[in-house]
Amino acid sequence: MKRTLLPIAALLAAALASPAALAQKKYDQGASDKEILIGHINPYSGPASAYGTIGRSIAAYFKKVNEEGGVNGRQINMISYDDGYSPPKTVEMARKLVEQDKVLLIFQPLGTPPNSAIHKYMNAKKVPQLFVATGATKWNDPKKFPWTMGWQPNYQTEAKIYAAHILKEKPNAKIAVLYQNDDYGKDYLEGFKAGLGAKAKTMIVKEASYEVTDPTVDSQMAQLQTSGADTFFNITTPKFAAQAIRKAWDSGWKPAHYLNNVSGSIGSVLRPAGLDKSVGLISTQYLKDQNDKAWANDPAVVEWTAFMKKYYPDGNLVATENFYGWCVAQTLVQVLKQAGNDLTRANVMKQAASLKNFAPSCMLPGIKLNTSATDFAPIESVQLARFNGTEWVRFGEIMGK
Amino acid sequence: MKKSALIGYAVLLAIACALPFLVSEYRTFQFTLVLVYSIALLGLNILTGYNGQISLGHGAFYAIGAYVAAILMDKAGFPYWATIPLAGAVCLVAGFLFGLPALRLEGLYLALATFALGVSLPQLLKYHHLEGWTGGVQGIVITKPDAPEFLASLGLTLNQDQWLYFFTLAVTLVMFLLAWNLLRGRIGRAMMAIRDNHVAAEAMGVNNAMVKSLTFGVSAMFTGVAGALGAIAIQFVAPDSFNIFLSLTFLIGMVIGGVASISGALYGALFIQFVPNVADEISKAAPWAIFGLFLLGFTYLMPLGIAGAIRMGLARLTRKAHNSQPVENMIRPHSPKEENP
Amino acid sequence: MDALLHQVLAGLATGGIYASMALALVMIYQATHLVNFAQGELAMFSTYIAWSLIEAGMPYWAAFFLTVGFSFVLGVVIERVVIRPVEHAPVLAVVVVFIALLVILNSVTGWIYTFTIKTFPSPFPEQPLFGNKYMSSHEIGAICVTMVVLVLLYAFFRYTPLGLAMRAAAQNPESSRLVGIRVGWMLALGWGLAAAIGSVAGMMVAPIVFLDPNMMGGVLLYAFAAALIGGIDSPGGAVFGGFLVGVLENVLGAFVIGNELKLAVALVLIIGVLTVRPSGFFGKVHVTRV
Repeated sequence: MKRTLLPIAALLAAALASPAALAQKKYDQGASDKEILIGHINPYSGPASAYGTIGRSIAAYFKKVNEEGGVNGRQINMISYDDGYSPPKTVEMARKLVEQDKVLLIFQPLGTPPNSAIHKYMNAKKVPQLFVATGATKWNDPKKFPWTMGWQPNYQTEAKIYAAHILKEKPNAKIAVLYQNDDYGKDYLEGFKAGLGAKAKTMIVKEASYEVTDPTVDSQMAQLQTSGADTFFNITTPKFAAQAIRKAWDSGWKPAHYLNNVSGSIGSVLRPAGLDKSVGLISTQYLKDQNDKAWANDPAVVEWTAFMKKYYPDGNLVATENFYGWCVAQTLVQVLKQAGNDLTRANVMKQAASLKNFAPSCMLPGIKLNTSATDFAPIESVQLARFNGTEWVRFGEIMGK
Repeated sequence: MKKSALIGYAVLLAIACALPFLVSEYRTFQFTLVLVYSIALLGLNILTGYNGQISLGHGAFYAIGAYVAAILMDKAGFPYWATIPLAGAVCLVAGFLFGLPALRLEGLYLALATFALGVSLPQLLKYHHLEGWTGGVQGIVITKPDAPEFLASLGLTLNQDQWLYFFTLAVTLVMFLLAWNLLRGRIGRAMMAIRDNHVAAEAMGVNNAMVKSLTFGVSAMFTGVAGALGAIAIQFVAPDSFNIFLSLTFLIGMVIGGVASISGALYGALFIQFVPNVADEISKAAPWAIFGLFLLGFTYLMPLGIAGAIRMGLARLTRKAHNSQPVENMIRPHSPKEENP
Repeated sequence: MDALLHQVLAGLATGGIYASMALALVMIYQATHLVNFAQGELAMFSTYIAWSLIEAGMPYWAAFFLTVGFSFVLGVVIERVVIRPVEHAPVLAVVVVFIALLVILNSVTGWIYTFTIKTFPSPFPEQPLFGNKYMSSHEIGAICVTMVVLVLLYAFFRYTPLGLAMRAAAQNPESSRLVGIRVGWMLALGWGLAAAIGSVAGMMVAPIVFLDPNMMGGVLLYAFAAALIGGIDSPGGAVFGGFLVGVLENVLGAFVIGNELKLAVALVLIIGVLTVRPSGFFGKVHVTRV
């Protein structure tokens, strides 16, 4: 399958490049000569409204694309709805987009529970549920769910990389884990244990969970510290990550500190926690960090800053979400470009599954998006990095595929 | 019941039956949710509106109902329709048991207890010892029912949404009739007597403790039935579906619809189903702010809820016509702490 | 032993957060006999105002007192403009107005300031006191500030005519009117004072938990529980309740039932106590007259 697909994709790309192909226009609902109508679901209200800005930066990017002539001459029109991170509302909104607004595809629904709620529906209706904003492992299942595809590296792969690093550097480590008590935290923890293998039982000396509604994680941090652990795996979202980093420092606990990629932002996590208190943190990266001095003059960050100023002036330049939105929107544009004039849902999925070494400038050097008919995980590689007090210093090879 | 009212209900039912053939599948699905919420709000209204016990945590009973249905369908292979009475029964017991200690709590204290229930239940659903049943943080995916075959042999082909709508409509009718019967009967009068003056009720021979606990159970049963129907319509349950804001939404729906009013449950359900969508259409930047403004607007214009406003409007009309009946008895506002400004 | 000490002290630190919010709840209850669900969001909003002032270059304490003053005015204005129209509506309608305020404040703040967490400065030294590793200077300082607020509040209700008038207005508006108390203004004043106390709480909490629009979301339930367990009409009880809830939750979470269910079990215990002692530990026992 894999072998035959490559030449076909190449042929297709060649065919699309030639004007002759323009004659064969094929559309599903939502696509026409003039526009490509896509749907989008995001929490703008409710407990996860911090992610609402992703939707706004995506919309801003499409505005830019449209001003510059659109994709193959078509304007991208995005209808975005608020689900408040409540799965029943996600179902309602997905149905509204598909059945009433008649969109071509649904892009970037956010969160594992909301996506789980529409997983079956989207596949039954054969509408692409494209580049979902969650790192759960289950989105890479093309056999059972050929209409759903993830985007970011999955949590388990990332956790396994930390586990491998610990096994190599500190085989006798005593590990403490702090994790958010939801699908995201548990997925990381599971991957981490799988990565440690048989040694997980002896190496992990203490696990502590917290709820997103908890005001602080001080109690958990005290539990972890008194366990006598010398290594700390920190599976937390930005606010709690900043609290945990500061607490670990203030209480005099100086473990080898592994921080999940979710909270690796210098601007919205490390700076609030204290840059001096963050020295020595180890994390992984796949995107450039717009607040990292190392990238200050990088063309991608310069371009992004200009883009934000022009198209999303209210947007926060510190928030990673805005950089992420800009980056993931580029991936969709690439897929639509590849689809050319065959804007059927089947072809959109086919093109999404034939990304070959696509490397938008927002990614770290060396990280490329690759998909195939059997591989629905676009980003599968990350690189370890250590924080030196001012910037993330990447080390080692690019890991994963 | 008056003849005119009977005709009104018949017309309403006819419209309700015609609805799925007039609107799209997606709209049918939305109206199914309206019916589901109306049952939940009716349950809350029985407790808070008619019995004077406030609940800030009715989302918990909705969640229990939903999980009972999902677990029975997913783990035990029950047909969807059989889960409804079982979900109701489980919630009846859960509500009754919760009502027992709650007997000693009133006003603010009951508000705290129920608030705590609403916040804690999702955490209990995630608890690792219960994961085998609840699916933990991942939740449970269930299958949407098809219309039964005998309908097709009768020449009536319904799609899944239409069938589920009619199924929900039937359950809704049963539940509303049940509530109507309950509230105008002896128990209903006892419930209201306790609300209005519990000492006097006790003196008149009402067993306050029994009636209050039972009301809690019945209220939870209604909301649990709604939860089960909601789970079947959504085809998915997860702890994130039942956060504390769901409980607050029910409270909002009950108050906006009309406290101590059966028809108010339906108005409230329409409000909580459609107004957030309207708010989202108006502003992506701050949809909650728009929703909040709607709440303020409704409470200012109709402090007794939509049902209260309609009653007052009707009363004014009929008074003009007959120039007799006073309206006070119909608009008597109720609150657990009436004496306060 | 060290582990227990660590948990208890960490519990006192978070308990201080609950206590400071619980004081604001006691204040609003004393003035209106209602518990305002939007109290936490009001405090959060005030803290953002303080943040803006400090970002604009104002010295900390100037910003602090300006914010307290601003919050007072904000509270009064909200009472006059938003709450007054539902003055005679049923209590449940007022609760809905509170929820409306909550969502509006949360959403508008997120819109203006974004949801990215912000650091909020502390007026206390960076170095921990006496070189201890358990509590930061700010946490200790915040507890002291809460104590100061407590003393002020106690004195206000106990020794000032205004405080007395306010309590009277809340308890029996009709009779209060007869003795010449302007009940309407008392309510507005209560709102103003509660908002002012809340703003102090917010400014003390923000350096610990970081400033974001959802900062107070989780705190409200704890503060509510703290206020009731201590006795909703007793400022001292509310502070005691705050510490009790903080310590209880930590000790349960660390040693007894684990972190997953600590909130649920702590609440069950509190409600259990309330069924036995309905007025909390320090509240006045009310006798209902027929």
